[in-house]
Amino acid sequence: MVNELEFEKPLNQLREKINELKAFTTDSEVDLSEEIAKLEERLTRLEEDIYSSIKPWDRVQLARHPERPTALEYIEELFEDFMEMHGDRLYGDDHAIVGGIARYKGKAVTVIGHQRGKDTKENIKRNFGMPHPEGYRKALRLMKQAEKFKRPIICFIDTKGAYPGKAAEERGQSEAIARNLFEMAGLTVPVICIVIGEGGSGGALALGVGNHLHMLENSTYSVISPEGAASILWKDASLAKQAAESMKITAPDLKGMGIIDEIIPEVRGGAHRDIKTQAKAIDQVLLRSLKELSKMDEQSLVAQRYDKFQSIGEFTKETV
Amino acid sequence: MLKDIFAKKKKYATIPSEHDKNDVPEGILTKCPKCKKIIYTKEIYKNHKVCLQCGYHHSMNAAERIECLADEGSFQEFNQHLTSENPLGFPDYLEKLEKDKKKTGLNEAVVTGVCTIDGHKTVLTIMDSTFRMGSMGSVVGEKIADAVRVAEDQNLPFIIFTASGGARMQEGVLSLMQMAKTSIALKRFSDKGGLIVSVMTHPTTGGVSASFASLGDYNFAEPGALIGFAGRRIIEQTIREKLPEDFQTAEFLMEHGQLDQVISRLDMKQKLSVLLSMHEKGGESW
Ligand SMILES: [Zn+2]
Repeated sequence: MVNELEFEKPLNQLREKINELKAFTTDSEVDLSEEIAKLEERLTRLEEDIYSSIKPWDRVQLARHPERPTALEYIEELFEDFMEMHGDRLYGDDHAIVGGIARYKGKAVTVIGHQRGKDTKENIKRNFGMPHPEGYRKALRLMKQAEKFKRPIICFIDTKGAYPGKAAEERGQSEAIARNLFEMAGLTVPVICIVIGEGGSGGALALGVGNHLHMLENSTYSVISPEGAASILWKDASLAKQAAESMKITAPDLKGMGIIDEIIPEVRGGAHRDIKTQAKAIDQVLLRSLKELSKMDEQSLVAQRYDKFQSIGEFTKETV
Repeated sequence: MLKDIFAKKKKYATIPSEHDKNDVPEGILTKCPKCKKIIYTKEIYKNHKVCLQCGYHHSMNAAERIECLADEGSFQEFNQHLTSENPLGFPDYLEKLEKDKKKTGLNEAVVTGVCTIDGHKTVLTIMDSTFRMGSMGSVVGEKIADAVRVAEDQNLPFIIFTASGGARMQEGVLSLMQMAKTSIALKRFSDKGGLIVSVMTHPTTGGVSASFASLGDYNFAEPGALIGFAGRRIIEQTIREKLPEDFQTAEFLMEHGQLDQVISRLDMKQKLSVLLSMHEKGGESW
């Protein structure tokens, strides 16, 4: 099977067996319906077992699944009249970030997202969803535009990280990311950020300073990839699985730490199994968020964002 | 009146073509400068002057542009009687203006007014490169700045289609200052939340590209349009290098982050209409 995930192997083996039996019954006179029913029951139970005890490393695999729906696919499902806008007005147009204006339930919004490709050709065009400074500067330009026209901003986060390259450094990758954090803090319109795949470090956060932050159930958000962490901490990238556990990078982990607002439940087996149903789940949370935030005035939006991020961090104060 | 502009124009003029060596009968047929196909002029006009074969956008004058964008009969022109003086006493300037007035039926290189696009009311400003190469002198600057003021006063969007060789040499520094005059008008309008849409058409160069043409909340261009600040020849002489074929085309600018979209003329009205509608108040709250 193409793109088979390690933890789904037992399920696929069982499914194969059921299919074999079914094929056998149609070709012969033997009645195996009882056996098949039993196996199907077992499959259901196994599915429940596997998907209810999904491990962090399994989620990493799901978040990186090549067929996982991308920002543009969700935009297509959730919005009408999307008009993509290009360019940072400074240097280039980064295809690793898309953005533009669209209608959500009839009203105008600005939508921005990291954009991966789904095949090699598109991945090359989109630089595997790893932005250069011009991507972040385009995003900021569109956010400022949204602010001018008083439109809410919705960001879809899905990147392994900002692109580690020579040209990116020359053009100020750090400045571009920093500028976004700084400017997003002051936006006077609602900002809602949703992690839909991988939330890779600063490159993800540069679209992530929102009033509300939500994560799809099987998405991840971390300071570094599990492979990167393993090689830095233990000088061994093969310990990525272990790092994924220790680093607390899953949606339930982040919810537990009070960093995200809501976990958006995923279709069983991952968002790629059924994008329409997945989009509906996002739609519900997005609408709830917008309803709540659109009641707030400009000042309260900025203040809420300030408070939200000021409260993050764990420490003890020693008593003197 | 706009009617006058139409009246003075032949209904189907020959589209000038650089490679046309009189091998095509005047008027009835037009040879596409890009794909070289010879097509009935009438057919090209029916297709908003876009080549049916290769999509080449033949240039349009202001009247044609208004006809294909504004809802029928909705365009009301502003300041149609403003005409240039000869502030520097430049030899032959007034004669040249007179000649172009006769040739084009226009008083100057820009037509400004208000209209509806699919029912959305907007200020619409169209530059016309057939008048003095669309160059910007005092009248062009004043008409554009005044159109911005109307948009500001009446709370309307401001849409401009640019086509210009740049500054009007014969008006010297007065011409240069129109860049600042128009930009300052746009800044105040923008600060009040005004919507600015710029559509750059062939050619948009020099002082026009370095002022209002680049100041849209949305900057669009027509395919293949030449857009740039300095002329190709000047750049080549300065850097002593041959420039790539696509240098300073709309597509080149798009790749370099300067444009939101390159929009075919065939989609222009529909896209502007959607864009305008998304900037109108209304819709239930969530
Ligand atoms: Zn052609």
